[in-house]
Amino acid sequence: MNLTSRSERLTGRIFLIALVVVTLLPFLSMLSAALQPRGTVPTGLAWPADPQWGNFADAFTAANMGALLRSSLLIVVGVVPIGVVIATMAGFGLGHLRVPGGRIAFGLLLLGLTLPFEAVVTPLYYQMRDLGLLNTRWAIILPLIGLYMPFSVFWMRAHFATVPKELSEAARVDGSNTWQLFWRVHVPLARPAIASLTILLFLWTWNQFLLAIVLVDDATKRTMAGALGAFQGQWGTDLVLLCAGSLLILTPTLIVFLIFQRQFIKALIQGSLKG
Amino acid sequence: MTAAVGGTAAGVPTGGADRQSPVRPRRRRRGRTAGWLGWLWVLPALLMYGFFVLRPLLLTMQYSLYRWNGIGQAEWVGLTNYLTVFTDSDLLKIIGNAFVLIVFFSFVPVALGLLVASLVRRMSGGPFGTVVRTVLFLPQVIPLVAAGIAWSWLLSTDGLVNQVLRAVGLGGVTRAWLGEFDTALPAVGVIGTWVMLGLCTILLVTGMSKIDPALYEAARIDGAGPVREFFAVTLPSLRQEVGVCLTVTIIAALASFDIVYISTSGGPGIQTTVPGLEIYRLAFSQRQVGLASALSVVLMVLVLACVLPIQRLTREDKA
Repeated sequence: MNLTSRSERLTGRIFLIALVVVTLLPFLSMLSAALQPRGTVPTGLAWPADPQWGNFADAFTAANMGALLRSSLLIVVGVVPIGVVIATMAGFGLGHLRVPGGRIAFGLLLLGLTLPFEAVVTPLYYQMRDLGLLNTRWAIILPLIGLYMPFSVFWMRAHFATVPKELSEAARVDGSNTWQLFWRVHVPLARPAIASLTILLFLWTWNQFLLAIVLVDDATKRTMAGALGAFQGQWGTDLVLLCAGSLLILTPTLIVFLIFQRQFIKALIQGSLKG
Repeated sequence: MTAAVGGTAAGVPTGGADRQSPVRPRRRRRGRTAGWLGWLWVLPALLMYGFFVLRPLLLTMQYSLYRWNGIGQAEWVGLTNYLTVFTDSDLLKIIGNAFVLIVFFSFVPVALGLLVASLVRRMSGGPFGTVVRTVLFLPQVIPLVAAGIAWSWLLSTDGLVNQVLRAVGLGGVTRAWLGEFDTALPAVGVIGTWVMLGLCTILLVTGMSKIDPALYEAARIDGAGPVREFFAVTLPSLRQEVGVCLTVTIIAALASFDIVYISTSGGPGIQTTVPGLEIYRLAFSQRQVGLASALSVVLMVLVLACVLPIQRLTREDKA
C-alpha cells in the first residue's frame, strides 16, 4: 500500500515538473528569439551563438518604455487607492454596520460580479466622449473603479461580516464615533484582506486591455497591456524586436510578482475562491 | 490619518458626550441614526458602480432595441437585433466558437488539474513546492496579451511547436497552427489551456490537502481501487474547488477577447472570432451599435446561464 502511494506520488511529481516546463517554455522561446541578430528569422528554441543583449535596449527605445511605465503607474495610482478605500468603506457599511436595505445594495452589486466588460464597453465609449474624457487616462481610471466594485465590495464585506459586533460596542463605550472606529479599529484589523485586494486590483489594472484599446488611442496613455497591443501592431513583423519588447514590458510585473510572490498567490487563490 | 480623524471628530459633536451619561437609551437612538447614516459608507462605491457600470448596462439594453451607427439618428427596431443574433449563421458560429473554447479553457485544465491533484495529494511546503507554485502562477500574472504574443510565436511556422514536432519525426503535421482553417480555433484554445492550467492545478491541489487522509484509508480498506477512490472520495471532497475553477474559466472562455485579438484577430475568416471580439468589431468598425449591444446582452445572459447552475450545484452543501 505504501509502495503504490509512493510511486503515485512520484508520478505526480513528474507531472508537476512537466507542467512547470510547459509553463516556462513560452518565456524561454521568446528569450531565445529576442537574442537573435536583428533581421534574421529565428527558429523555435535555439540559443544564439552571439546573444544580442542590445536588442533589449533597442526595444526599450522603440516601445518608449519610460513613457509606458509612467502611464501605467499613473493609472494604477488613480484606480487602486480610491478603489480600495471606497470598497473597504462599503464593505464596512454592508458587513458590519448592516445598514437598513443593505441587502438590496449588495444584490445590485452582485449583478456585476460576472459581467463581461465587453457588455458595457460600447456605452462607456459614448459616455466618456460626452464627458470629454476620451483619450485621457481618466477614461480608463474611472470606469475601472466602478467595474471593480462588485468584487471589491463583496470581498471586503466578507471580511467585515466575520468581525464580532462586540468589538465596536466596546469602542463606542470608549467614546469613539463611527469614523474613528473605522480607521482606528477596523482598518488595522482588515489589513490582510485589504492587502490582498490591493494586489488583485493592481494586477487587473496593469493588465487591462479592452478598455485601454477602446477608450484611449495614444499608446503612451494606456496600461501596460494596452501598450503591448499597440507595440505588436507596430512591430509585429520584426519578431526579434517584438519578443524583446514583450519581455521588457513583462519585466515590471514579474519583478513585483517575485518580490510579493507569497502574497500574490494567496490573494489569487482567495480571490478566485470567493469570486 | 490622525489629522483626518481629529478633523472629523470635531465635526461630530456627539462623539465624547455620552461617555459619562447613562448609556442605554442614548446608544439605542444613536444606533438607529448610525443605521441610516451608514449609507454614507456605501454611497461612494455605489455611485461609481452606478455611473460606470449600471448606467452603461442599461444603455446597452436600450441601444440593443435600435438601429444606430453611433452618429446619426437612432431608429427603433424592437427585437430585430436579437432576431439577427439568433438567426444569422455567422453570429451563431461566433457564439458557438466561445463554447468550443470552454473545452480548452475549462474542461482540459480542470481534468488535468484533478489528475495531478489526485496524484500529488499534498503540495510539499519546501522549496520544490514554492518553485512549482510560483511558476504555475506566472500565466495568471502576465497580461493575456503577452500570452497571446508568446504563443503566436510558438505556434508559428518556425516556432517551437513545429520544431518539437520535427524533432520527434512528425515533420509531416507541421503547419501555421493559428493560420489554418481547421486548427486555428483549437490552437487559440491551447493558449487558454496554458493560462488556466496552473491556477486550476494549484487550487485543486490546495483543496486536496484539506481532505482527511482517513477517508482514503477507509476507501482502501473497503478495497477501492484508484478509480473508485477518485470518484468516491476525491471528486466529492473537491466539489467546491472544481466549482470555482469551472466558474472562473468558463467566464474567461465566454468573455475572451485579449488572446484572440492578439493571436488571430478572429481569423482566418471567422474561424476564431468570439462574441467579445465581434462586439468590438460591430460597435467600432462596422458602426452597428444596436447589433453589437444585442450581442452584448446575449453574452451576458449566456455567462449567467452557465455560471449560476454551477454555483448552485457546487455550493448547496456548504451553506
